[in-house]
Amino acid sequence: MSMTAAARNAFRAGTVLLLFALVGTAMLAFTHDRTEPVITRSQQAEKLALINQVLPASSYDNDLLASRQDLPPDDLLGTRQPSALWIARRGGQATAVVLEAVAPDGYAGDIALLIGIDIDGKVIGVRVTAHHETPGLGDYIDRAKSAWIDQFSGKSLTDPESKRWKVAKDGGTFDARAGATITPRAVVKAVKSALDYFARHRAAFAAPPAAKEKKA
Amino acid sequence: MMTMSEFRSLFHNGLIKQNTGLVQLLGLCPLLAISNNVVNALSLGLATTMVMAASSGAVSSVRHFVPNEIRIPVFVLIIAALVTVIDLAMNAFVHPLYLVLGIFIPLITTNCIVLARADAFAAKNHPLHSVIDAISMGLGLTLVLIVLGAIRELAGKGTLLSGIDMVFGQAAKGWVLHILPHYQGFLLAILPPGAFIALGLLIAANNWNKARAVQRVRAAVPMAA
Repeated sequence: MSMTAAARNAFRAGTVLLLFALVGTAMLAFTHDRTEPVITRSQQAEKLALINQVLPASSYDNDLLASRQDLPPDDLLGTRQPSALWIARRGGQATAVVLEAVAPDGYAGDIALLIGIDIDGKVIGVRVTAHHETPGLGDYIDRAKSAWIDQFSGKSLTDPESKRWKVAKDGGTFDARAGATITPRAVVKAVKSALDYFARHRAAFAAPPAAKEKKA
Repeated sequence: MMTMSEFRSLFHNGLIKQNTGLVQLLGLCPLLAISNNVVNALSLGLATTMVMAASSGAVSSVRHFVPNEIRIPVFVLIIAALVTVIDLAMNAFVHPLYLVLGIFIPLITTNCIVLARADAFAAKNHPLHSVIDAISMGLGLTLVLIVLGAIRELAGKGTLLSGIDMVFGQAAKGWVLHILPHYQGFLLAILPPGAFIALGLLIAANNWNKARAVQRVRAAVPMAA
C-alpha cells in the first residue's frame, strides 16, 4: 500500500517534530538533573539568610529549616493559604518562632511579612518579603529602602499597649511618612495580629519538638 | 566567510535601521515594564541579547532539517528548551546574577523578538550571520532600554544607576549617581504611563531625525524626484 505525497509529507513533518521534542526533553532532563541539587542548596541558604534577618543565627542550635510547620490559613495571620512557621530551639528549649504573615489591606494588595517573635512574645525583627506598594511612596516598608521596619524590634502586645498599636497619625506609637499612611497602617495591624496569633498558640510552640521532627 | 561590510550592515540594521524598540516596535511589554531604571534596563537588555544569540545560532544550525510547514513549532520548542536550560544553569552556577536577572529570563521566552529573528533571519542564513544579527538586534534593544531607563530614572528619582548593588554587591552602593540632589521625585516617570510617554518621545525623536535626513538628501538633489 502506498502513501499519497501529502501523507508522506505529514508523516515526515511529524517525525521531525517528534525528534526535536525528544532531543529537547533529553536536554532539559539532563540539565535539571545536574542543577537540581545546587539549586535546592542555594534556595535553602537564601531562605535561611532571610530568616536570619529576623532571628539572629546565634539564638538557636537546631536545624531551623527542618523545624518548619505549615500553619492553616488564619484571619490573624491574614493568610488564605497555609503559611510557614519555624521554631528556633536552644538545648531543646524553644527560644523563638519565625512565621509568615500577610497584611491583606496594603495600598496595592497583599504585603507579605516574615516576623521573628521570641518566646516571651517580643518582636525580634520584621521583614517585608513581597509587596506591590507604590515605588517612592509606600515602599519604604522594605528594609532595602529604609530602616522604618526596624521600629517593631522589641515591641510586644503590652509595649506599647493595645490602643497605641497604630501609626502616629491615628494616635499610635509607630511613625509613618506623610502621603503614604495606608501602607504602614496595614503593616502595623498585621504585626499586631501576628503577635495575637502567637499569644494564642504559644503553648503549642513552646512544647518540646514532636517525635516526627526529632527523627528528621 | 563574512565580509566587513556584511558585518557592518548587520550591526547598522540591528542598532538603527530595524531597531526593535524604536522601529519594529517588537517586544514592548518587557521594554515598558523593566525600563524604570538604568540597572534593570541594562540587565534585561543583556539577558535578552544572550538568549537571542543562543536561539538564533541553534535555529540556524538545524535549519536544513526542519520542514517548512512545522518550522514555527520547532523554533518555539528550541527557544523554550534553550531558555529553560539557561535559566536552570544560571540559577545553579551564577546564583547572585540569577537573583537579579532570574525574573526576566522566563519572560524573554515570550518576547516576540526572539522568535521573529529566528524565523525572519536565522531560518535563512548561516549560523555565524544569524548570531551576529541576533547580537546586534539585542544590543539595539539594550540601547533603547538604557536610554529609556536613564530618562525615567532621572526624571523620576534624580539618580542614575540606583540598585547597582544588586548586581555588583554591597561595594557598588557608592556608584549610584545623584544627578539632581534634594530632588523630590516625579512618580509618573517611574510608573507605567511614564514608560509609554518616554518611549513615545524617543520614537518621535527618531522619526524626526530620519525625516530631517531625508530632507537633507532632497535639498542636495533638488530635481531628482
